[in-house]
Amino acid sequence: MKKKLYPLHCMQIGKKVIVRKVETEESIKRRLLDIGMIDGTEIECVLKSPFGDPHAYSIRGALIAIRNDDASSILVELKD
Amino acid sequence: MKKKRVKNKSSFLKIGLVGNPNVGKSTVFNGLTGLKQHTGNWPGKTVSNASGAYTYHDREYLLYDLPGTYSLIAHSKEEECARDFVCFEEQDGMIIVCDAVCLERNLNLVLQTLEITKKAVVVVNLMDEAKKKGIEINLTKLSHILGVPVVGASARSGQGLTEIMDEVEKMSTKSPRGMDITYSAAIEKAIMPIEEVLKNRLSPNYNCRWLALQLLHSDECMQNSIKKYIAQDFFDDPILKDTLQTAKTNLLEDDITTQDLSNKIVSTLVKKAESIASQVVTYKNQNYQAKDRKIDSYITSKKTGIPLMILLLMFIFWLTISLSNYPSEMLFSFFHFLEPHVQNFFVNIGISSGFLSLLMDGVYRVLTWVISVMLPPMMIFFPLFTLLEDLGYLPRIAFNLDHCFRKCHACGKQALTMCMGFGCNAVGVVGCRIIDSPRERLIAILTNCFVPCNGRFPTIIAILTMFFVGFRSDLASSFTTVILLTGTILIGIFLTMLISYILSKTLLKGIPSSFTLELPPYRKPQVLRVITSSLLDRTLHILGRAVLASIPAGILIWVLAHVEVGGLPLLQHGTNFLNPFAELIGMDGAILMGFILGFPANEIVIPIILMIYLSNGSLVDFDNLLALREILISNGWTWLTAVSMILFSLMHFPCATTCLTIHKETGSWKWTFLSIVIPLVAGVVICFLLTSVVRLLGLV
Repeated sequence: MKKKLYPLHCMQIGKKVIVRKVETEESIKRRLLDIGMIDGTEIECVLKSPFGDPHAYSIRGALIAIRNDDASSILVELKD
Repeated sequence: MKKKRVKNKSSFLKIGLVGNPNVGKSTVFNGLTGLKQHTGNWPGKTVSNASGAYTYHDREYLLYDLPGTYSLIAHSKEEECARDFVCFEEQDGMIIVCDAVCLERNLNLVLQTLEITKKAVVVVNLMDEAKKKGIEINLTKLSHILGVPVVGASARSGQGLTEIMDEVEKMSTKSPRGMDITYSAAIEKAIMPIEEVLKNRLSPNYNCRWLALQLLHSDECMQNSIKKYIAQDFFDDPILKDTLQTAKTNLLEDDITTQDLSNKIVSTLVKKAESIASQVVTYKNQNYQAKDRKIDSYITSKKTGIPLMILLLMFIFWLTISLSNYPSEMLFSFFHFLEPHVQNFFVNIGISSGFLSLLMDGVYRVLTWVISVMLPPMMIFFPLFTLLEDLGYLPRIAFNLDHCFRKCHACGKQALTMCMGFGCNAVGVVGCRIIDSPRERLIAILTNCFVPCNGRFPTIIAILTMFFVGFRSDLASSFTTVILLTGTILIGIFLTMLISYILSKTLLKGIPSSFTLELPPYRKPQVLRVITSSLLDRTLHILGRAVLASIPAGILIWVLAHVEVGGLPLLQHGTNFLNPFAELIGMDGAILMGFILGFPANEIVIPIILMIYLSNGSLVDFDNLLALREILISNGWTWLTAVSMILFSLMHFPCATTCLTIHKETGSWKWTFLSIVIPLVAGVVICFLLTSVVRLLGLV
């Protein structure tokens, strides 16, 4: 059975998720690929900035901030 | 072929230094070459190529410090320049620097580089940090898998540098094996025929397999580089065109579009990196990031993030102000004590009295003022700021403020360039290269000078102290100065955002673009290195510039004050001319003249104003700020003059160096002109409004 997909920016701090679809605009998509965000990568929301946007995610050991606008086009599934 | 020619021309071996942003490339570079490239714990410091030489075993090496990049598929100007170096420049080898704490991500770039050239040495830097976090890396195994030498290093403490030079030497004589990367069958099938065509056409210097892969999925930027470095008519070859077309059609039959191909290539590399990392990295402590997370939970939280930021700013100002009082006083007394001796010296060597007054009243006083007032705050502020930089705090500021910049349709990284502006606006303007979107970069450049640089900082502090705080050196008064200074800076930051917003709605219309910002792990700053480097490099550099600018300015003013036209000195004509306008914005002609003549360096604005006042005949001894205040008040200064002066030094026009830098960075006189007009208009308008309101209410 296929798991339900959620937009990344909705994830709470500490939630571990698996990236399934990166549907952001091309420029940032390339950048996300370079830092290792491909289908199946496990990431975790770690920080939310004081105004709630952007959030920072732990991606392959690095802490990367992504604006919510962009994170909303990254679809993830919950990790069991 | 080409390579030989270069080698004959020079005996240098050309070695490039690549790596992800913020892995310590510049530290390795400095360690090897003995140069002093700026370093700090945030991504994007190295924005232009620096090169330096070192000699090892009687051979000379020329090292190129390339801007940090996550990949060799270019997105920005810096990445393009790093990529072109690796791909197309005639180099004798690469040093690939990795971060031991975050090896997996770094391996992506290692693999991309090894695809192009096997002449490489991998340096796993920051081994000390990794050790502290309980991360172990099996370097022997890594070297075995990658097929190139791997050196573990802690470049900050100089560890591993000799080994790097050793391996580079070996590599230059014998190319390492280097691992190959294999893609899926369909992709491999597409590469082969193109590779064959290229092998027949190009010299053996080129890596045809890699080039073939690029031709299959490359964008316009890559194609332009190929034309530039290989041949303008590269793509006109009919055989190549045909083969390329067939290969692309075949790929499409396998359901792989050009876009898919790019993704598949990157995914292959990322997965490869993942598998290598899992073989060589052991985490003894799974929670190695816990401490950083804890700190971050305060520094970036909703409740404490912004207040902590402001408190930290205030604390730094407080330290700067309260600590610089004493050396400042001492320097004043010292120069005061020295003055008669210097004067006697000049008299003894037979300098005429007219010229003597130029030397003493003009040059000596300006110089000593600049040194007494400028040097102490710089000596304290710079090291403190560099400590924060080393610690890794600056990207957190960008993270905290990004939302505000997004509202202004600008880029969060602008906060980083703003921070750089505190040191020097010219540096801040160059730093704007870290912003990818050209529109947002221009906004950052045009607004950079709303943050007071170190040249204007002491001016603002001096006026605040003279007019609003008084001269008691107790806690309360230094605290008042801090509050006022922080307020001034916040006005600057607010205006940066306001102007960014206005620009986004008018001249530089557009929506905010996407970006990612890396928040590096906190690192323990190297206190001693910070102090020596910031003192010696930055402070002396800026002070030297101020002194250099103040001598000719001193002479010019003396001449202007002594050459008379129609019974009045030229200077008087000038200030008289400026007076009516200056009155409207709360100042006087002399102050405005000070700003205009201070164009070469903002540090000398107050000294110039003083010289103008003093040249009118009121020769007063000044041995401290109190005496300065008397001079200013006797020339009609009120608190309104002081406030206007502070506001105007926050926003008038960038100094000459910054203007030239802006022109260099934007390549356009139009934007340079605007960068002068925007803050000038803002300053004039704000000072005018303030003055009018205050006068209307009869407060002065």
